[in-house]
Amino acid sequence: MTATLEAPRTAAPPVNPPGRNPAGTLLTILAWVVGVLFVLPVLWMVLTSLHSEADAATNPPSLFAPLTLDGYANFFGAQTGTSPWPALLNSLTASVLSTALVLLLAIPAAYALSIRPVRKWTDVLFFFLSTKMLPVVAGLLPVYLIAQGIGMLDNIWMLIILYTSMNLPIAVWMMRSFLAEVPVEVLEAASIDGCSLTRTLRTVVVPMVLPGIAATSLICFIFSWNELLFARVLTATVAQTAPVFLTGFVTSQGLFLATVCAASVVVSLPVLIAGFAAQDKLVQGLSLGAIK
Amino acid sequence: MSTAVEPRTSPTQQPPGEGAALRRAGDWARRAPLLPALIFLIIVTQLPFVGTLVISFMNWNAYYPDEVGFAGFDNYRRVLTDVTTRDSIITTIVLTVSVVLVSVVLGLVIALLLDRTFRGRGIVRTMMITPFLVVPVAAALLWKHALYNPEYGLFNGVLTWIFGENAPQPDWISTMPLTAVVASLVWQWTPFMMLILLAGLQSKPLDVIEAARIDGCSSWQIFRHMTLPHLRQYLELGALLGSIYIVQNFDAVFTITSGGLGTANLPYTIYQIFYNAHDFGRASAAGVVVVIGTIIIATFALRTVSSLFREEGAR
Repeated sequence: MTATLEAPRTAAPPVNPPGRNPAGTLLTILAWVVGVLFVLPVLWMVLTSLHSEADAATNPPSLFAPLTLDGYANFFGAQTGTSPWPALLNSLTASVLSTALVLLLAIPAAYALSIRPVRKWTDVLFFFLSTKMLPVVAGLLPVYLIAQGIGMLDNIWMLIILYTSMNLPIAVWMMRSFLAEVPVEVLEAASIDGCSLTRTLRTVVVPMVLPGIAATSLICFIFSWNELLFARVLTATVAQTAPVFLTGFVTSQGLFLATVCAASVVVSLPVLIAGFAAQDKLVQGLSLGAIK
Repeated sequence: MSTAVEPRTSPTQQPPGEGAALRRAGDWARRAPLLPALIFLIIVTQLPFVGTLVISFMNWNAYYPDEVGFAGFDNYRRVLTDVTTRDSIITTIVLTVSVVLVSVVLGLVIALLLDRTFRGRGIVRTMMITPFLVVPVAAALLWKHALYNPEYGLFNGVLTWIFGENAPQPDWISTMPLTAVVASLVWQWTPFMMLILLAGLQSKPLDVIEAARIDGCSSWQIFRHMTLPHLRQYLELGALLGSIYIVQNFDAVFTITSGGLGTANLPYTIYQIFYNAHDFGRASAAGVVVVIGTIIIATFALRTVSSLFREEGAR
């Protein structure tokens, strides 16, 4: 199988085949070295997480020490009795539900800003962006006091609402740029056929921008999953999220390196998977849709 | 884009009279899908800030509930004269500027390396992106415990490998605390800059560059006079978006140094004033100061984004 795949590739070499000129080879090697250097700390984290505590804490590092899953077992509470599952589940709930809420609010808004734009639609769009530039700390205290006042401290819904507001501007910008690519003719055809607004949205527009919706969701998911400051200030034991658990876990555990690494791997895994899946659309999302 | 937008907006320019009522109804139908998001955002982000603004003029410490009252500019005076807060303002600027500058330059070099076709380019790109996808707290823990640790961290381990038993074994975090935080953030943010700049590089007009090459321009001339000007907007966008995020950084400072050894930035200091000292008035005043700083950056950011935006509209 590999042989048949390799054969045509060697038969039709690229225009500038690597290895033909020495400068090109050097640049290729350099690119590989830089890539490896950047991924190395992550690989180191994974390797350390698979070592026993004794092998993890040696100097010089033991590369070929026997692999074990003890670090993961410890993280999941085999030794300490504190299970990370509630925190992981809270993170999942907060991220998924806030992403759903974001989409529910952002898709119609993006529609109003792109397909049949309201007047001054650019001003509205920039208003959305400007809220993203308001530092989190600037609203933290009133949010805390309000949460305290209405009895929503340590409540996962408080985080869901805040994460929704945190990701909504990004989602509106991203969805606007995806919706702007829907051809007008399609929409006109739908309105001639007598489709209502909601029906056009549901049956024509949404299916066409499904890949965009998927990318937007993944980015919102990542940002919610990563968030620490709100979660730390507004939650305690019940609604604690994975990042908060991670910080508390280290202080109470002292320095069990393999376990800490295992914990970091587990908490990062959903984001790594989501990020690799959304690789191509990541740029567009992160640059708020300004770059295609 | 522009041709697509014009016919869509034209109904709003109908003549007045009978059409006016119809147009108003149409306007509301257009606005309706926008309103939930807009109202939600105003309530959840703008109102709390108004709250912060009000509290910043109040004397309010949760430890002294009887002394709550109007304070005028006292909190601001304390924020700007207090050594800790002033230091944290400077730390925020140093931290943000150095992380953004280094990661933009590194990101540019790497983007240029990845802009060529070579074997395994996809793999290298994926490896490069990975640091950005590690959860920030986990990344900070990784740097603090697995890399910087003086006894069993990777860095000192590598020194032992190279120089043997008597290798220098510096305690990275206590000897160079701010640099330690900066290095971990540069590692996380370089991929972000690289992604944006790579998108910029790949959108550059190839035919023009081909023509320049045929006219006998050297690679450096092409880079200096064609690639770099084309990249300018992307460089600006990366730097400004990066600044907005890094000014607000909390995770790395909180985890790696707990704000000790002169690494406390404004978000961390505000967190402490609020969380540990319970001085709500002073925390709010410091929050307002951060907003003022951010508005200055944001003005430039909005201008850059809107120029990219106009370009998209003209396309």
